[in-house]
Amino acid sequence: MDAIDRLIMHHTQAGLPLTLEPYQTLAKQLGLDKQELMQRLQAMQDSGQIRRIAAVPNHYRLGYRYNGMTVWNVSDEHINTLGQHIGQLSFVSHCYHRPRHLPDWPYNLFAMIHAKTEPEAEQHIQQIKTVLGDACQEYTVLYSTKILKKTGFRSV
Amino acid sequence: MTELVLTDLHKRLLNDFQRDFPLSERPYQAIAEQLGVSESTVLSALTELSQQQLISRVGPIIRPNHIGVSTLAAIAVPQAELETVANTISRYPEINHNYEREHELNLWFVVIADNNEQLAAVIASIEAETGYPVLQFPLLHDFYIDLGFNLDWQHVG
Repeated sequence: MDAIDRLIMHHTQAGLPLTLEPYQTLAKQLGLDKQELMQRLQAMQDSGQIRRIAAVPNHYRLGYRYNGMTVWNVSDEHINTLGQHIGQLSFVSHCYHRPRHLPDWPYNLFAMIHAKTEPEAEQHIQQIKTVLGDACQEYTVLYSTKILKKTGFRSV
Repeated sequence: MTELVLTDLHKRLLNDFQRDFPLSERPYQAIAEQLGVSESTVLSALTELSQQQLISRVGPIIRPNHIGVSTLAAIAVPQAELETVANTISRYPEINHNYEREHELNLWFVVIADNNEQLAAVIASIEAETGYPVLQFPLLHDFYIDLGFNLDWQHVG
């Protein structure tokens, strides 16, 4: 990713302009050629630097009020296999292997879940628990009580 | 602002374009053709969704750690100081998500920097300024198959 790619990414994080030719509008703003801008976006998508180009729904505004960070202590030997399974569950929006901080933080698998009601969230948690089985000894769920800042680069 | 009543078009725009948003000269025209409506209808429906903040934006989603380096981080702050500490942290331009969560580690944020040195410097600076240790949870492996999120239209509020 070079300086022009970075410039493009910086200027698309707030969203593409809602104009008839949004890539043309953006290219003009950045002093780039439209074809070059589109080719660069395509190349970044092909290489996986851009995951997808999306109209990104605001889950909270659409009624998903129970957004929990579920964290699990999964045995190291099984985390790769089980992480793949959890990442494929339809209600999981992110699933990551992250380091433990023993003794206070034994959890190494992080999965973000989204639900509209508390019972629905509880069902999701039970489903993850079932998939993990004996490989998981303990877990907890951290609900967000307040969004304090959400700006800049988005990978969600 | 009056609440938008979601039409079938709104719902399809919300659900069906979480990936493969067209990378073509007239993307809203391409969407219009797919949905059998006019380009201006698509554009005005997306504008409504955007104004009502039902879509947060239309644009590319970056894979983590592909622009600079980043880490999830957390800090345990007494409730009485939470707001002050949260404000201190949010002031750093390198912080882009900052959530209060129900746990002893109650402040969770993402730090993004150009390189590891800058990342370490930001963490050190936050620790010095707030007086609390920052725990870092950098990504070791990403299991998520990122295809968007199938929306459920029951009880849309």
